[in-house]
Amino acid sequence: MSFVKLTASALAIAAVSATAATARDQVQVAGSSTVLPYASIVAEAFGENFDFPTPVVESGGSSAGLKRFCEGVGENTIDVANASRSIKEKEIKACAENGVTDIIEVRIGYDGIVFASDIGGNSFEFTPTDWFLALSDKVMVDGALVANPNKTWADVNPAFPAIDIQAFIPGTKHGTREVFEDKVILAGCEETGAFEALLHGAEGDSAKAKKKAAEKACISLRTDGVSVDIDGDYTETLARIESNKDGLGVFGLSFYENNTDKLQVATMSGIVPSTDSIATGEYPVSRPLFFYVKKAHIGVIPGLKEYAEFFISDEVAGEDGPLAEYGLVSDPELVETQEAVAAENVLGGNS
Amino acid sequence: MSSDTSKHSGSLLALSDRTKKRNAAEKRFRAYGFCAILIGLAMLLVLVTTIISRGTGAYQQTFVTLNVELLESKLDKKGNRDLADIKKVTTFGYNPLIKTAMKTAVEELGIAHNLKSKALAGILSKGAVGQLRAYVIENPDMIGKTVEFRFLAQSRVDGYLKGRVSRDSIANDKNISAAQLDLVDALVDAGVIAKTFNLDFILGADASDQRPEAAGIGVSMLGSLSMMMVVLALALPIGVAASIYLEEFAPRNWLTDIIEVNISNLAAVPSIVFGILGLAVFINYMHLPTSAPLVGGLVLTLMTLPTIIISTRAALKAVPPSIRDAALGVGASKMQAVFHHVLPLAAPGILTGTIIGLAQALGETAPLLLIGMVGFIASNTPETLADGLLAPNSAMPAQIYEWAKRADPAFYERAWGGIIILLLFLVTMNTVAVILRRRFERRW
Repeated sequence: MSFVKLTASALAIAAVSATAATARDQVQVAGSSTVLPYASIVAEAFGENFDFPTPVVESGGSSAGLKRFCEGVGENTIDVANASRSIKEKEIKACAENGVTDIIEVRIGYDGIVFASDIGGNSFEFTPTDWFLALSDKVMVDGALVANPNKTWADVNPAFPAIDIQAFIPGTKHGTREVFEDKVILAGCEETGAFEALLHGAEGDSAKAKKKAAEKACISLRTDGVSVDIDGDYTETLARIESNKDGLGVFGLSFYENNTDKLQVATMSGIVPSTDSIATGEYPVSRPLFFYVKKAHIGVIPGLKEYAEFFISDEVAGEDGPLAEYGLVSDPELVETQEAVAAENVLGGNS
Repeated sequence: MSSDTSKHSGSLLALSDRTKKRNAAEKRFRAYGFCAILIGLAMLLVLVTTIISRGTGAYQQTFVTLNVELLESKLDKKGNRDLADIKKVTTFGYNPLIKTAMKTAVEELGIAHNLKSKALAGILSKGAVGQLRAYVIENPDMIGKTVEFRFLAQSRVDGYLKGRVSRDSIANDKNISAAQLDLVDALVDAGVIAKTFNLDFILGADASDQRPEAAGIGVSMLGSLSMMMVVLALALPIGVAASIYLEEFAPRNWLTDIIEVNISNLAAVPSIVFGILGLAVFINYMHLPTSAPLVGGLVLTLMTLPTIIISTRAALKAVPPSIRDAALGVGASKMQAVFHHVLPLAAPGILTGTIIGLAQALGETAPLLLIGMVGFIASNTPETLADGLLAPNSAMPAQIYEWAKRADPAFYERAWGGIIILLLFLVTMNTVAVILRRRFERRW
């Protein structure tokens, strides 16, 4: 039995782990799974073009990424957090409590959210009102708020086929859900007059509190199984739609563009989603994507600033860059972002 | 009385009703058992054929052979072959070279087309520029000359040659057009585009979402290997020492009973729990690096330990007490009796248990999710042993999971291809375990 040898190797591993605290030489990134494809494209190109090792990009969601980002400063914390929404006040506070004070916010561009059905199924031309009427738990009928009676798409809009409503929408842990609620459901709520009715009946001390309560009531969705929250990735939504031809799903534009053989996209307010129609603002459902950099790590972790600058360089994030080719809508204000990163401007002004 | 005699009056040769019933029941039971095996085999067959039919595609890849003129005017404007200057040209600067090369190649072959140069270059993988740049930096002397390269074709061209992509399915696809596929057909006839075995899938690193054709499982295989090394180096000695003590030296009392029950409990704990534990203890408290195979190995050690302890104790128990008594009888110390006689006899059982424990750990994904080993991680090939343990890396099952959820369907094929390799490892390990047991096990 080479017992001695095994024990020796165990000790060797223990010794190696003792020296684990020595310098880390690659940038570590975590966060939104929407930003992950873009970040991995940039990381790969960064590894090819610079003498630094390829950065490591983990997924896990915007909130999880920002939570890890705010855990503190040091080599065993991540350097960059990807997010499909901007950082919240609460998170900035949590960051500050752990010593993460100087945060550089970088907007990389815009991402479109599309509604799609199976390629062999029905095609749709939606407006936000249709989605509100289909999924909200309370809708206006004859001037009064009642529990949503709509069972088929034809109930929602006579132009639609009479098939059961079945929607697969992102779960609440996804940043995409927030955009869906804000840009689609809330818009539909206001259009149908339900918002007015809810505001009228809302409780609250101030007008602002009332408005908030009404908005919250607007975006509460029906829970009778018509809308299904998908907590996994878009691949799960796709699988659901493939097995249920009448189902409708919510996807990112880039995911749809990679699966055009299985999905057909619906128009929103008459506009077909594409990088162009999102860039001009015609297609309404889009949101900015961000990443956040710890300023304290610049100069400590080799390649961090170079990575941030490379990410938003014209060659990468510009209109003809690889990110735009993959489905990112490039930011018209990219130059300002580039300047801000070069100057290392932090949130809340330079301190 | 009369009924009693009638019961015994039957002939020994003619079966009584009760015997017939018993025989029928036995036959039925055999049929049930046989059916159960058939169902199991059918499921295995479905599984294996699905995996193989979907996964074998990943081992073939479409390549484009192309002559590229390494223009000095683009790559080394000063003409001094200074590596620092050459490195200043990013991969984006190599795009024109590829476009020109593609255009010339098509013109030389006399293929008619009406594609723009961007669409022409679009037949190639987006990784082609990186390959070109790496070559130029390695061989700066070749600038100004024309060199033949073998580039990967982009995933949809590859899918077209493999039958995954058809002209119908790309009707709305902006990544490729029917005109490009026409050109691909012509280039295949000319022998420029060909499908061959792809070693890079087995040895290569992960690739970003834009180049599924370049993704390989090699680096994550190294990650799995490093983790298994850690598990073997820690779990085997600790597990064996613990079970020898419990089995041979420890007194039997309530304390050892509690330990015994809890080891069995530990073996039944879901693996995700070990992941959370690993995150809290190894990363947050001990400050070991995230995404490191070392941490993955430590977590899997915790998971494998109970399996090893339980099988080692069973192997030690199977050694008859007469062996120990004989050794002690001729004057051996207790430790000598254990190490010279009991342990060698129990070794096959211990090894079998260890291999099965390792195979279990090799296929584990859940705990790795929490310690940051899932994502775009396996991109740098580790160069040293310490690098292999400490530099961020993924593991085979984690890599397969990651591929399965990416948008491009070409990654899906690679996930199945990865499953084939993972299964090969598992089958090999389990076969070794069976062979060891067959060859060395002694029965008393």
